[in-house]
Amino acid sequence: MSDSHRKKSGISRRTFIKGLGLSSLGAATLSGEGLKGTLRGTGLLPEERIVPADGTEATFLVNGRKRKVRIEPRTTLAEVLRHRFGLTGTKLGCGRGACGACTVLLDGKAVSSCMTLAIDAAGVPVETIEGLQAKDGTLHPLQEAFIEHDAMQCGFCTSGMIMSGKALLDINPAPDEQEIRESVSGNLCRCGTYPHVFEAIQAAGSKSGIRKTK
Amino acid sequence: MANKSNIEVHESAMLHVTGRALYVDDIPVGEQLLVGKVVYSPHAHAQINSFDLQTARRIPGVHAVLSFRDIPGENQLGPVVKDEPCLAENEVTFIGQAIFLIAAETEELCRRAEAAIKIEYEPLETILNIDEAMTAGSLLGPERRMGSGDVQAALSEAEYVLEGELRTGAQEHWYLETHASLCIPGEEREMNVYSSTQHPSETQALVAEVLGIPRNEVKVEVRRMGGAFGGKETQANHTACWTALLAHATGRPVKIRLFRDDDQIMTGKRHPYLIKYKTGFNSDGKIVALEVELNSNGGAATDLSFAILERAMLHAENAYYIPNISITGRVWKTNLPSNTAFRGFGGPQGMAGIENVIDRVARFLKKDAADVRFTNFYGQEKNNITPYGQQVEDNRLQMIYDQLVASSEYEKRREEIEVFNVAHEFEKRGMALTPVKFGISFTTSFLNQAGALVNVYQDGTVLVNHGGTEMGQGLHTKMKQIAALEFGISPERVKVNATDTSKVPNTSATAASAGTDLNGMAVKNAVETIKNRLRPVAADYLNKQACDTTSSEEDIVFENNEVFDAAKPDRRVTFRELVQNAYLRQVSLSSTGFYRTPDIGWDRDKGHGRPFNYFAFGMAVSEVEVDILTGHHRLLRVDILHDVGDSLNPAIDIGQVEGGYIQGLGWVTTEECKWDSHGRLLNHSPDTYKIPSVQDIPRDFRVQLLQGAPNPRAIRKSKAVAEPPFMLALSAWLAIKDALSAIADHEIEPPFSLPATNEVIVLAAEKLRQAIRNKQLVGGK
Repeated sequence: MSDSHRKKSGISRRTFIKGLGLSSLGAATLSGEGLKGTLRGTGLLPEERIVPADGTEATFLVNGRKRKVRIEPRTTLAEVLRHRFGLTGTKLGCGRGACGACTVLLDGKAVSSCMTLAIDAAGVPVETIEGLQAKDGTLHPLQEAFIEHDAMQCGFCTSGMIMSGKALLDINPAPDEQEIRESVSGNLCRCGTYPHVFEAIQAAGSKSGIRKTK
Repeated sequence: MANKSNIEVHESAMLHVTGRALYVDDIPVGEQLLVGKVVYSPHAHAQINSFDLQTARRIPGVHAVLSFRDIPGENQLGPVVKDEPCLAENEVTFIGQAIFLIAAETEELCRRAEAAIKIEYEPLETILNIDEAMTAGSLLGPERRMGSGDVQAALSEAEYVLEGELRTGAQEHWYLETHASLCIPGEEREMNVYSSTQHPSETQALVAEVLGIPRNEVKVEVRRMGGAFGGKETQANHTACWTALLAHATGRPVKIRLFRDDDQIMTGKRHPYLIKYKTGFNSDGKIVALEVELNSNGGAATDLSFAILERAMLHAENAYYIPNISITGRVWKTNLPSNTAFRGFGGPQGMAGIENVIDRVARFLKKDAADVRFTNFYGQEKNNITPYGQQVEDNRLQMIYDQLVASSEYEKRREEIEVFNVAHEFEKRGMALTPVKFGISFTTSFLNQAGALVNVYQDGTVLVNHGGTEMGQGLHTKMKQIAALEFGISPERVKVNATDTSKVPNTSATAASAGTDLNGMAVKNAVETIKNRLRPVAADYLNKQACDTTSSEEDIVFENNEVFDAAKPDRRVTFRELVQNAYLRQVSLSSTGFYRTPDIGWDRDKGHGRPFNYFAFGMAVSEVEVDILTGHHRLLRVDILHDVGDSLNPAIDIGQVEGGYIQGLGWVTTEECKWDSHGRLLNHSPDTYKIPSVQDIPRDFRVQLLQGAPNPRAIRKSKAVAEPPFMLALSAWLAIKDALSAIADHEIEPPFSLPATNEVIVLAAEKLRQAIRNKQLVGGK
């Protein structure tokens, strides 16, 4: 990226948009997170959320581990995870936040990492499928339940499904039927394993033994 | 009874839940990797007047920009008919057709190179659908005919005759993993291809052809696919060949992974069909004659369209004995991406036609459609010869029907639905039972062969190579089970290798639901060979230990990780010890295996023979509730009873049945491909193309496998499963029609097509309501 348009005081909106590139503009218009994108050029966001057009060093907190990489303004979280950290368990299915294959947890909330700008994830705890298994090899109850209930066929949607399920169970360990359906309603599975995914999340929820307090 | 001894979980389950399962796009490659991009036609039909790649080629970081002129071998990808250029030459014939290839250090550089390419087109006349093709007489090949009896005579003698037409829509495969290929050049001319393909041998052949090198220089490996459903049977070849051309040109590893929108724009779909029919039947519901014409939209090239048409024709009568039948099939050529294989392979379109006919006949005769279906089922002892002369053996139709009608409480619910519909003006409920009888085997008979390579290592572990590919259907899990069962060892000791053309050559596509039948037998054959070599070693080993000669090889049994003498069961040796001993005795512990389906054969020109090894059967009862003002509908309950013989793995098989039904549900309801008048696909992302989500599945979903019906014709008495359940979703489609029909008290045939989108439903409901209003007006006078 050329920085000839860069102003002394920071970044012009034009440079920002140019640096952001087409794909992120899509992100800015399509996702809720996009609002932040449009605010960024106006200086309404904290300085550390602004990436110069020629890139910046950013620190990520992925699965409890700190990692520093250089990113461009347009870089998505999915790209950082897959291409920079080699965490390929996060899949790219549609590239526009509509299939759920790239779901990760950002500060505990399920997000489409293909629609999340990397800079928005910098410094915020990110959890991916690779972080679920304990160091001693123990599987997370959701992982166990997905195996037990045969909740996968081709497996491409599995990591996203599990992460969506985890976002739900972390705040609501004993969800009802509708809550489970809603939690994975943004995750597409072309093999049609939905009945098993549903059962697996339900089983993992009840396994935790905690009753919902509402 | 299910095959005992192991209810084995998905062989990659652990990898999937931890994110460690590798797909093509996940394979680690070093810094040398270049990104590949395909530049495709924005015109449905145009002449290419000129192009200039010089500016694009000069961009630093862009390593190759290729046109057809840079193809060292043959510019051809057609799998059956050579009518599909790898890169367009002087003419483009559909939007999405590849013209140029770019390899660059980043995606961004690929886009800059694409923008720098200069090309001039001269748009030409287009043909975009079956109707336009019919007007223009644009056929992809000769018409096909098949049939039996005397249809004209039967039509004139029948008590009633009905005729009409039905349109079925295209369906996008929407495999979660888009087309992807990684090519790594080896030494000299070698090319290593990692491809998301259902047909590694064909991918290998075509890569060799476009590169102009022999096949022994090309190795194709497939670890797994993130779904395929037929969409990667032929059309994965394209991405692999494009990638190979770029890797060859640059001498560096290159990867192409299609973006979702590009994938949807560039690749073929399930063929849309226009089905015209005329049927003769009697007041008892017996169909005595059927004349049916199947017209398919093949797209711009042949691909597998004729094999798909053939299967549609072979399933145009579905589960019914129709003594006088004539079936005509045509594939029309249009300016769309070549339509291709998709789960069911023409079967769904063929069956949609006859199921709609039966539904219409039942409404006309004021009978329950399930009764009319039962009346027309193939018989056990008589009325069991198909229009193509194959006898329907081991017919499970009556058995499944009786069990399902009872378990689904069909009659009771039918009465409840009638009560509901009388009480509700704007919500209507409907129910339908539909059967599936699906022929198993490739109808191109020579394809029914498979190979395997089984290696036993000295630590007693086994590596199975076979020609099939894993796309989520559980093939590798079943192969692992079969090898373990045949060797009598625990499944943990068996690993299934990535499919690799250098291990098992000349394989057929993993398709036609035949993966397990064919490869399972080949694996079994290889294991048998090794066991036959181990038997004398075991007998000798046991005799030496006991210092006698009483153990003989005929009595050697493999079980529970041990090998023993059945006559003296205390004389035993562990499997591991035995193979170590065999190695020391210089006995080979590796063998190939082979299988060809026996007793099948089919004369395509006469339309006669025994194309199928056997039939798979299933039946479903679906109940829906439709809001007739919005077209919104939900599935209240679905009951399925499906025949998989003795299930090799009930968990996998039930998953296939449910998944097939859900995918079929998309085809019959929400999935609609729309093109504009220029041939541009309008819905090429999940925002606008709607496959079923978790919210669309039946609230009450009861899937059972038929028990006590072993299949004598396949591995361990099992049956193929992948495709047949797809067509069970026709019950959901006809349940919606039944609900609509209730608007006019089943007096009027609802105008209907497939998919039954909300739009189709609302329009049909409006017409029916209008008809009632008109009738009331007339009655009022």
